[in-house]
Amino acid sequence: MPINFSHDVEQVLAQAKSQSKPVLLDFSAAPM
Amino acid sequence: MWPDERVVRFVNESFLPARVHVKDPDNAFKRISERFQAPWTPTILLLDPSGAEQHRIEGFLPTEDFLPQLMLGRARIAFHEQQWADAERRYRQIVEQFPNTDAAAEALYWAGVAPYKATGNPASLKATGEAFTKRYQTTSWAKKASVWR
Repeated sequence: MPINFSHDVEQVLAQAKSQSKPVLLDFSAAPM
Repeated sequence: MWPDERVVRFVNESFLPARVHVKDPDNAFKRISERFQAPWTPTILLLDPSGAEQHRIEGFLPTEDFLPQLMLGRARIAFHEQQWADAERRYRQIVEQFPNTDAAAEALYWAGVAPYKATGNPASLKATGEAFTKRYQTTSWAKKASVWR
């Protein structure tokens, strides 16, 4: 099972607050 | 780093994952990287639920180093939230599971601090200072813990 990265950072930050869950934010230049 | 099954499992269990790619539309990378002061790739930030950065990993690491860095970040978030027992458990897991990594020495240090923060009893600091005379002696963490002996 892969990691399902969201590209909507604002939405993830809002979810983190509402769910009290930490965030992993990856800044990447890897081939897409 | 990312394809490793252990990394995938740990990330999915521990974090809400988000990615900003240099090729994302609408200048997203520039905007968000400036906001978080992350000008290089790969950079991984581990944020607490309020969005505050608690740990940063800059540059590529092989899985055997990357996974304990992720664990270190998760432990730091527990520490920041004053979940002392959980933080100590997470730090000790790093030392036990990845004893030959850079993260292990840092984890050993903070595993000694967490119970002290919980109780005010300096015994865990003294024990940690002693532990650093037997392992990780050449690290900066051993120097920092040397005052506890």
